[in-house]
Amino acid sequence: MKIRKRTFGLALYCGLLMLPIYWMLNMSLRTNADILGHFAFYPKDATLMNYINIFTDKAWYSGYINSIIYVSINTLISLATALPAAYAFSRYRFLGDKHMFFWLLTNRMAPAAVFALPFFQLYSTVALIDTHIAVALAHCLFNVPLAVWILEGFMSGIPREIDETAFIDGYGFPRFFVTIFIPLIRAGVGVTAFFCFMFSWVELLFARTLTTTNAKPIAATMTRTVSATGLDWGLLAAAGVLTIVPGALVIWFVRNHLAKGFALGRV
Amino acid sequence: MSLDWMAWTFPTAVFFISIVVILAAMTIWQVLWPSMERRGFLPITTTPGDRLFIGLLGSAYIHLAWIGLTGLTLWIAFGLAILWLVVVMIWG
Amino acid sequence: MEKWASNKAWFLVLPVFVIVAFSAILPLMTVVNYSVQDIFGPGQSVFVGTEFFKQVLADSRLHEALLRQFLFSALVLLIEIPLGVLIALAMPRKGVWVSACLVTLALPLLIPWNVIGTIWIIFTRPDIGLLGSTINHLGLAFDHTASPMDAWVTVMLMEVWHWTPLVVLLAYAGLRSIPEAYYQAAKIDGASSWAIFRYIQLPKMRGVLTIAVLLRFMDSFLIYAEPFVLTGGGPGNATTFLSIYLVKIALGQFDLGPAAAFSIIYFLIILLFSFIFYQALQNVGKGGRS
Repeated sequence: MKIRKRTFGLALYCGLLMLPIYWMLNMSLRTNADILGHFAFYPKDATLMNYINIFTDKAWYSGYINSIIYVSINTLISLATALPAAYAFSRYRFLGDKHMFFWLLTNRMAPAAVFALPFFQLYSTVALIDTHIAVALAHCLFNVPLAVWILEGFMSGIPREIDETAFIDGYGFPRFFVTIFIPLIRAGVGVTAFFCFMFSWVELLFARTLTTTNAKPIAATMTRTVSATGLDWGLLAAAGVLTIVPGALVIWFVRNHLAKGFALGRV
Repeated sequence: MSLDWMAWTFPTAVFFISIVVILAAMTIWQVLWPSMERRGFLPITTTPGDRLFIGLLGSAYIHLAWIGLTGLTLWIAFGLAILWLVVVMIWG
Repeated sequence: MEKWASNKAWFLVLPVFVIVAFSAILPLMTVVNYSVQDIFGPGQSVFVGTEFFKQVLADSRLHEALLRQFLFSALVLLIEIPLGVLIALAMPRKGVWVSACLVTLALPLLIPWNVIGTIWIIFTRPDIGLLGSTINHLGLAFDHTASPMDAWVTVMLMEVWHWTPLVVLLAYAGLRSIPEAYYQAAKIDGASSWAIFRYIQLPKMRGVLTIAVLLRFMDSFLIYAEPFVLTGGGPGNATTFLSIYLVKIALGQFDLGPAAAFSIIYFLIILLFSFIFYQALQNVGKGGRS
């Protein structure tokens, strides 16, 4: 009986969670006149007009590719640098380790709005403005510390005897790390990659500041469409739905990985 | 590579140089004579590095409170902050 | 489990240090430099000392925004952390439904922040929104563009909707780390579900809850895009949180100096609270384990 109550609560919560997204999807399949004309729980004459409008506009399609490129670069950089660092934090005591850790975290705390201008100047100085790498690097500011934090948790769950045995067997550190250790925390790497992807995908302020045309992200393209079309709710909703799709695809493909990572349970 | 955009001023340069010098001094001190965690009047066990952080953060708040609440010269706040820093470093 | 002591571990941390320092240090220094001078144009500036700090600290609208911000972040933590833990406890421990739940939960987290605001505009508008028109049909007046109270409720709902899943995911990960044997032992002892929660599940979730509390505090304290899109800080100043006010100063009035002074104070506030939370959560755990 108790179990059933829990399941019911969970189902209710998940339903409520989907409701706003469903509503946007509903709006995106109707014309603006239809939306303003009468209230409907589902689209009676579903139309793909809004989507067609968007896809005939080249700005959209490139916005997607730009976002995906810089998000991927960011995830790769974050993982590549965070893996050894997390190993150091989980295995060693060294001078200033705790301070270093806390300093990394403080980088999430800076109000981005004011840092936008110095950021723009800095990346202009190194001639990276309007490149994917600039956005990827800027997003490292908040993703790398998080990646270190999460990976450190997974690594601490692996007993140190494994390291010791491998070193006695004559493995050097790089070979041990790549061939033995990383496969052990594979699921943890998956979970970390998911979080990096997520925070980089949803961030807008840095991405918009550091790009003009060539690397403009999808979410920024959307704000432009909004201002250009005024209050076309259908188009706006369709644009919104399209920004969710890549994230939804990623989560769908990594779902088993994610479940396995959480089963390891050392976030 | 030009860094004009950073708009350096003499006081802020002095400020950052002193921070760097303090950090460097702390590092050298800890490399040569590592010290252990211990418990002072603060409610947590601290290393000298923790106490330096608490001292500096406290100093920043002392300065802000001074600017916000009084109209007097900032040198008094600076003196208080140094005092606080020393107290935390020794007895914290 | 004493860790190995070796300063050579610094070499492993170096890449992270370099890549974060590149983006972190020079901009931070620049903001400090901006805060002490009035800049008219490239190369033209007057040193004003702490004048901007004085001006910002005496700004009564900033005090209001700060109070509002504290209230908001406190509510966020008080609602999202218990709710997230509760839902994590209700999640199935294995089976096909685990993946389904994870996918559903992760979806709101993967939506760009300005789109979150758009979704909630569409969802809560009295004329076309499901929530807005349902409430109006029940005979209650609801309009988040006119009533400050409604605006607050809407922003809180949006925030809870958006971020509780993160707490659930983290708490769930913590719960999964508990070996089945613990539950069996508790069953034999005849422990109540409250006792299981208090003495087995809660201590095991300490690490992930530290992450959850800190992330939620920092991000809710810095919240910008979602309420800006949804309410624009209004009606009046009812939902003008610190970041929204900061952007008004920095970009709206182009007062770079005061905005920089403001962001330094802002940063110091978050730094202090995060430090306290971090220490508190670390020490609570130590007490619980012994």
